[in-house]
Amino acid sequence: MGEPAQKLDPVNKSPQEETISPWKEAWRKFRKNKIALVGTSIVFFFILIAIFAPLIAPQGINEQDLPNRLQPPSSDFWFGTDDFGRDIFSRVVFGARLSLTVGFLAVVGSAIVGSMLGIIAGYYGKWVDTIISRIFDIMLAFPSILLAIAVVSILGPSLRNALIAIAIINIPNFGRLIRSRVLSVKEEEYIMAAKAIGMSDSRILFSHVLPNSMTPIIVQGSLAIATAILEAAALGFLGLGAQIPEPEWGAMLAASRALLVQAPWTLFFPGLAIMLAVLGFNLMGDGLRDALDPKMKT
Amino acid sequence: MTTETLLRVENLKKHFPIRGGVLGKEIGSVKAVEGVSFEVKKGETLGIVGESGCGKSTTGRMLLRLIEPTDGKIYFEDQDVTELSTSDMRKLRRDMQMVFQDPFASLNPRHTVEKILEEPLKVHGIGTPKERKQKVRELLEIVGLSSYHAKRYPHQFSGGQRQRIGIARALMTQPKLIIADEPVSALDVSIQAQVLNLMQDLQKEFQLTYIVIAHDLGVVRHISDRVGVMYLGRMAELTESEKMYDKPLHPYTQALLSAVPIPDPLYEKDSIVLEGDIPSPSNPPSGCAFHTRCPYKMDVCTQKVPELREHEPGHYVACHLYTEEGSAAGQNKQLPEEGKHE
Ligand SMILES: Nc1ncnc2c1ncn2[C@@H]1O[C@H](COP(=O)(O)OP(=O)(O)O)[C@@H](O)[C@H]1O
Ligand code: SF4
Ligand SMILES: [Mg+2]
Repeated sequence: MGEPAQKLDPVNKSPQEETISPWKEAWRKFRKNKIALVGTSIVFFFILIAIFAPLIAPQGINEQDLPNRLQPPSSDFWFGTDDFGRDIFSRVVFGARLSLTVGFLAVVGSAIVGSMLGIIAGYYGKWVDTIISRIFDIMLAFPSILLAIAVVSILGPSLRNALIAIAIINIPNFGRLIRSRVLSVKEEEYIMAAKAIGMSDSRILFSHVLPNSMTPIIVQGSLAIATAILEAAALGFLGLGAQIPEPEWGAMLAASRALLVQAPWTLFFPGLAIMLAVLGFNLMGDGLRDALDPKMKT
Repeated sequence: MTTETLLRVENLKKHFPIRGGVLGKEIGSVKAVEGVSFEVKKGETLGIVGESGCGKSTTGRMLLRLIEPTDGKIYFEDQDVTELSTSDMRKLRRDMQMVFQDPFASLNPRHTVEKILEEPLKVHGIGTPKERKQKVRELLEIVGLSSYHAKRYPHQFSGGQRQRIGIARALMTQPKLIIADEPVSALDVSIQAQVLNLMQDLQKEFQLTYIVIAHDLGVVRHISDRVGVMYLGRMAELTESEKMYDKPLHPYTQALLSAVPIPDPLYEKDSIVLEGDIPSPSNPPSGCAFHTRCPYKMDVCTQKVPELREHEPGHYVACHLYTEEGSAAGQNKQLPEEGKHE
């Protein structure tokens, strides 16, 4: 049996050498990325706040205290109070629950539906692809917030309907991404190799095409949560999302917009929360992209 | 070596449609393979060489029907492969396996070596999980790797090692025929010989029949019993390896050989330099496809396609220098050097 490979091939590894899975490799890269770690910390910070909101918030979301209305930030009211005397800190803390839940659920929803449509379009091609792709094109032709407004005006304004609207408008982003990914994975030589060993098409789809099309969903997903939080806030601001007295950040901004000069803290803290949350998910998403899928462009 | 025929290919063709316009109408076709015929005997190695784009990969892939032929017949052990249903064809792939050119692209980066090697067994329902894992380890050792490599991922290996994995995968189902499409052209020169040697050892050990595709004659020289030279979708010359190197008949083969660096400084030979580019297979030249670059071109060459004919026993050539039309044309034809000694 020829020369032993070990002698001449330079990349030989000893038996002790660990198995480096693609996930492990990605994690190594991600860990070295300081900015991504900052983003991830922000995300986890908000997740913890959302989970432990009742323990963190000194007051409920709607405890009106009119004598103490429009108090500036102080040791009693960290973020001050609004014009009903409600503790803004408590409301911002509970608001994290709403924003994160809406962002997460909307994105999971659009990722599932979008990926399924994208896979069907990419895998079956032909007219199925044409129809699905055209629908995506049409949806993407409208500014997404307009589309969301249209959906909410059909369903009626509420936080739940805002969530559904955000899920719907994000479907084509996921759909197109997965479709193009499936198309390129289909052309990979290991797919040809799988055919050559006698694998059936459906088996190839599940064991080769899908797993190799998944990383963009994770990347796109974390970036999309940032956008979804922003969109939820925008709908809340327009009165089409969360309804009074729900402590949704966008709705809080809208309710206080007349107080910009008189009590700027009523706007500052909800605004800061939106900004930080969006920033956190964006930085984390960028880091995930660099680690998982450097070729991917969003 | 028995003389039993394992594979017979008759007039195989593949035309890839070229679509254009808004409606995606067919506006032409790439004639990737244009009527190729050959036989492969049990236990032999047939080399197929030719410049890049001449249809070697397409031919190889059609044999397993990874690409559906446009026309022609493929007989594997006297069974007409082109008539098989999709599921019967999949089953037959147990006996016909493929080694791919790019050892980086042909292994799924998300699967461990074990999973990659086990897959053919699973697909064909061979063995219990335990037996399969055992077989994976055995084959890793056979191809010169170690059983502890099973748990690693492709990116942890060098190019040569990955190609060994690719070869192990092709061997898993104990096939009769292995089609190796440029198995070493992506590897460092120092590694190429190792992999070719391995393939030869495996051939002896497992009584394999090989079709080895390469873009230069040097690679297939030692490993092949017979060699076929392809040009623009057609077989230009087909004969025993020795003959092909000692006495090439087709002007294209002669040109290819004179382009191979010859290690022996005493070896003297007029070299024919290939001028011009390969014509496009979507619009091949009339008559002999090589006439645009052939130093011996005659009038008949632009008009009539030369058929692949047995010029001497076992030596097939498709060139008008060796047909009646060519001779009858009575032209002042100049036989290429090797032909002259006849
Ligand atoms: N799927 C395809 N669609 C269209 N043209 C193709 C396709 N595959 C190969 N070709 C064309 O067919 C010709 C032969 O290709 P190929 O068999 O890959 O050549 P080789 O392996 O000898 O380099 C080339 O001109 C190539 O561009
Ligand atoms: S047929 Fe004519 S053009 Fe073609 S190789 Fe022979 S001599 Fe040259
Ligand atoms: Mg090729």
